[in-house]
Amino acid sequence: MDFLRPASWEEALAAKAEHPTAVPIAGGTDVMVEINFDHRRPEYLMDLNRVGDLSEWEVGEESVRLGASVPYTKIMENLRAELPGLALASHTVASPQIRNRGGVGGNLGTASPAGDAHPALLAAGAEVEVESVRGSRRIPIDEFYTGVKRNALAADELIRSVHVKKADGPQQFSKVGTRNAMVIAVCAFGFALHPETRTVRTGIGSAAPTPIRAKAAEEFLNAALEEGGFWDNGKIVTPSVAKQFADLCSAACNPIDDVRGTASYRRHAVGVMARRTLTWTWESYRGTRRTTEGAA
Amino acid sequence: MRVNFTVNGRPQEADDVWEGESLLYVLRERLGLPGSKNACEQGECGSCTVRLDGEPVCSCLVAAGQVEGREVVTVEGLADYAKQRAEAGCATGACGTSLQNAQGWQAKGTDSHTGEGAELSPIQQAFIDAGAVQCGFCTPGLLVAADEMLERNPNPSDADIREALSGNLCRCTGYEKIMDAVRLAAARQGEAV
Ligand SMILES: Cc1cc2nc3c(=O)[nH]c(=O)nc-3n(C[C@H](O)[C@H](O)[C@H](O)COP(=O)(O)OP(=O)(O)OC[C@H]3O[C@@H](n4cnc5c(N)ncnc54)[C@H](O)[C@@H]3O)c2cc1C
Ligand code: FES
Ligand code: FES
Repeated sequence: MDFLRPASWEEALAAKAEHPTAVPIAGGTDVMVEINFDHRRPEYLMDLNRVGDLSEWEVGEESVRLGASVPYTKIMENLRAELPGLALASHTVASPQIRNRGGVGGNLGTASPAGDAHPALLAAGAEVEVESVRGSRRIPIDEFYTGVKRNALAADELIRSVHVKKADGPQQFSKVGTRNAMVIAVCAFGFALHPETRTVRTGIGSAAPTPIRAKAAEEFLNAALEEGGFWDNGKIVTPSVAKQFADLCSAACNPIDDVRGTASYRRHAVGVMARRTLTWTWESYRGTRRTTEGAA
Repeated sequence: MRVNFTVNGRPQEADDVWEGESLLYVLRERLGLPGSKNACEQGECGSCTVRLDGEPVCSCLVAAGQVEGREVVTVEGLADYAKQRAEAGCATGACGTSLQNAQGWQAKGTDSHTGEGAELSPIQQAFIDAGAVQCGFCTPGLLVAADEMLERNPNPSDADIREALSGNLCRCTGYEKIMDAVRLAAARQGEAV
């Protein structure tokens, strides 16, 4: 095994081009487990900790450019207002020690259906900025996950950052597990209201071969909210609408039975989380509407 | 490969390090610092917790090569680290514990049972006083994590303590005595100020 230590982004891209089998290591919270247990013996390990820009973020007009190696702890501490869904999801990852090291770039690199960043990114709307010596491209988050633990990266590409849309309304993240800390999701659900476009977006984790959106459920809810004038009148979402939305989210799942839970439990739990996160976010939307109206 | 880094304030050099080796292995097997424990090697138990540039991390999940040029504090350096922090605000630990001192570290005191009179950090003393140590395997990781929390948050709520220690497993104590110990250390810290 060789240990590569690129000191800059350009050096990292050059090293990855020269050794496409090199395994990047950022926080190491996935990679080191595999090495410690002899599940992986890469020819080259490439440390990304020396590439400083990867640990930085930038808050822009429309979106946050989140460096691939920004640890979850920093997201929770600094980006709660801009990226509430991702900050909530980050808080559920493992433990403080793991959150001090692991980040979204590694979560995307592993592309596990159970990764907690994925439902939040899908619900918020995001693009993954990847680069190689051949050039740079942005992959829409919906197209990033290509199979179980597979992603759209080419062998010579690295993830530079994720461009996540800044929240324009309330967002929630919910996760089912046996305890609060140190739990890989049995299943998880991310939900975002986008009042500017009068749309909603979802993200489902651990209930299909890849993280997915429940598109039919989103379309149904978009239409129902529009028809009922809910965005303007700020009324409580009718229980029948919430139920239909939850059922459609369950139907979007394609889960399996495994040690963490059965397929039917996962489908059920996703429906429950969908209904709850809709209620929480809508209550919060109604609250802010009342305050802004009161101030006007 | 060779790795140069700072451990408990002193520069160290580890030789013949295998490229896939963890920081935990280097500390225990190459530098003779077995205070950080190896219980799972997969980030689940926290017994290998050390501070890397100030942040608590699982040393079993840090590749040795990643610590080149960086600062590590282990449980062996905790007493000095806490002392220097209290005296001079030397929270970086740059003032140092020599490797010999760290390797030879033991909780010796005039009373070996209670540890009374030993040179301990406040959190270590509180663990002894509260009876928070049974087999002791989880203790080093808990000490490092708890000490870091008290540095950031001198007046933690129970929820803060649980959150800060949520990455550390203990199979013996049922955690109540550990909670007592951290509350005790926080209270004593408050009195000292
Ligand atoms: C005890 C424990 C508990 C955990 N709990 C959770 C949990 O609750 N939720 C959760 O989502 N995850 C969990 N994880 C998994 C892990 O912490 C996350 O997936 C984390 O986001 C990985 O980030 P990292 O920086 O440590 O990745 P690394 O281990 O450094 O890398 C992971 C993968 O991504 C690749 N990679 C990293 N950076 C890049 C880049 N810039 N470009 C291209 N490829 C890259 C690596 O080559 C590797 O394949 C847990 C892990 C442990 C050990
Ligand atoms: S040995 Fe590192 S977390 Fe258990
Ligand atoms: S005292 Fe034995 S594991 Fe905690």
